Amino acid sequence: MLLLPTFAYLIVFIFYPLVETCLLAFSNPAGPLENFRRIITSGEFWKTLRNTLFITAIVVPLQLILGLALAMFVNLRFKGYLFILYIIAIPLALSDVSAALMSYSIFASTGFLNKFLMTLGWIERPLYFFGFRFQDRAFWVIVITEIWRATPLVFIILLAGLQAVNKEYLEAANVFGFSPWQKLWKVVLPILRPSILSALLIRTIFAFQVFGVVWILAGRDIPILAGEAYYWQTVVYNSNVSSAYGLIIAVVTILISWAYITFFKPKSFEEGAT
Amino acid sequence: MMKKLLIFIVCLFIVLWFCGPVLLIIIAALTPSSEYYDVTRLLPAKLTLEHLESLFVRLNGWKATLISIQTALLSILISFAIGLPAAYVLSRYVFKGKNLFRLTILLTRSFPVIIIGVPLVTLYLRIGIADSVLGVSLAHSSMILPFIIIISSSILGGISVEYEEAGMVFGLTRFRSFIRITLPLALPGFAAAAIYAFVLSWNEVFISAIINLTNRTLPAHILNTAMTSPDYFKFAAGTVMALPAMVFIFFTRKYLMSMWGISLK
Repeated sequence: MLLLPTFAYLIVFIFYPLVETCLLAFSNPAGPLENFRRIITSGEFWKTLRNTLFITAIVVPLQLILGLALAMFVNLRFKGYLFILYIIAIPLALSDVSAALMSYSIFASTGFLNKFLMTLGWIERPLYFFGFRFQDRAFWVIVITEIWRATPLVFIILLAGLQAVNKEYLEAANVFGFSPWQKLWKVVLPILRPSILSALLIRTIFAFQVFGVVWILAGRDIPILAGEAYYWQTVVYNSNVSSAYGLIIAVVTILISWAYITFFKPKSFEEGAT
Repeated sequence: MMKKLLIFIVCLFIVLWFCGPVLLIIIAALTPSSEYYDVTRLLPAKLTLEHLESLFVRLNGWKATLISIQTALLSILISFAIGLPAAYVLSRYVFKGKNLFRLTILLTRSFPVIIIGVPLVTLYLRIGIADSVLGVSLAHSSMILPFIIIISSSILGGISVEYEEAGMVFGLTRFRSFIRITLPLALPGFAAAAIYAFVLSWNEVFISAIINLTNRTLPAHILNTAMTSPDYFKFAAGTVMALPAMVFIFFTRKYLMSMWGISLK
């Protein structure tokens, strides 16, 4: 049948690597859990997990709010809204590496921000954002970059959802004298629920795999899960530990997706029933 | 009037926020090195192509760019060859397990690609395609394939079956009817999907960096060399990498919604 090639491909390139990853992660002469023990007791691990969780926890909600605001703005359909839509879509097609380099051109010690502030005479010496001593600052630069880079994805998903909102619902809300705020909470957001769920899911999953931006801007100064997987594979040449990191990412991702779905789903079923 | 002004101001802010960094890195890539390190100069007095040139010639950027393009084209070819039949079936037939199949495809789309990188290295070593364009393309295809299937089936779904059936009435086989009638109608959509697939592969860095150590794609090459090269090379590289994105938005703008606006319902 025509589906066969797809199945074969998915088995060889998704299923097989998945199984192999598990095997690699659990194989170690010192016992099946040795790789994980090594990761967890290394001290770096908790920092790594914390960084990844922090980035996700800060970036994803902000992206959701900004993306929703942008989507509602563009959905006003003012003259030239399509042009604005395309402008917002630019980062969608940019890679994380080049987005990171863009933010580096702004925040580098001789970057545009420092030059700008110095020509204005507001600062006398350049501000440093990168390097081992300035991890906190680099962290926030990463957060800004991630927000800049990936908000458009949330925006597009929510805009597609908004276009499905029937105008009549809003008119009905007007008849009942709803305030704009009430319309947002009682009419628009409930209808957007599936779009919000998929935006959240996709963004969270990808936030857990954040790699390019962090690696370019901070290297291992700010360790993250995917970065450690890369480091162990290409620098230490230890596929087992690297696989174990990969598996940790997968497990956390699955747990979070599951949590989202159970959190969002029951209510939408109720609404479907009434 | 007030409302119009307000909309204009917000638009201006949006344009600055999203275009600003892109413009700045292009300027930075063209700034002569002496002026770049002079902190009192906000904008360069003259522009130069020398960084772009040395990125391509001295730092092997040319080779990496070529590898990136080859990888992307090969991935598109593989994904379409495998995905198109599946998309056709999804859009034309009702069969048992159709929803399950759709769900599997959607799930693989959000599957962490990081996991498949490491085992593939060992697999490739065994079958002798380690460190090759083909290897990375095959891995990228597994990331692109779900997108191609989903997008193509929605494009094909938008083209009425009746044209195809009319072709069959006039004596074409189903396959020829698809090639002669449906395919030309679907072509613009497929082109958009292909450009999108190109960008996906062009941008992917983790798998390419892990699988290929010498024949690196551009992002992977930059990832390796960026740490050690002077800032202006980084900006040149960032600019080169951003170019396909601009082309992408320009050519696929009509399809942006159908490609990204898919929600899991």
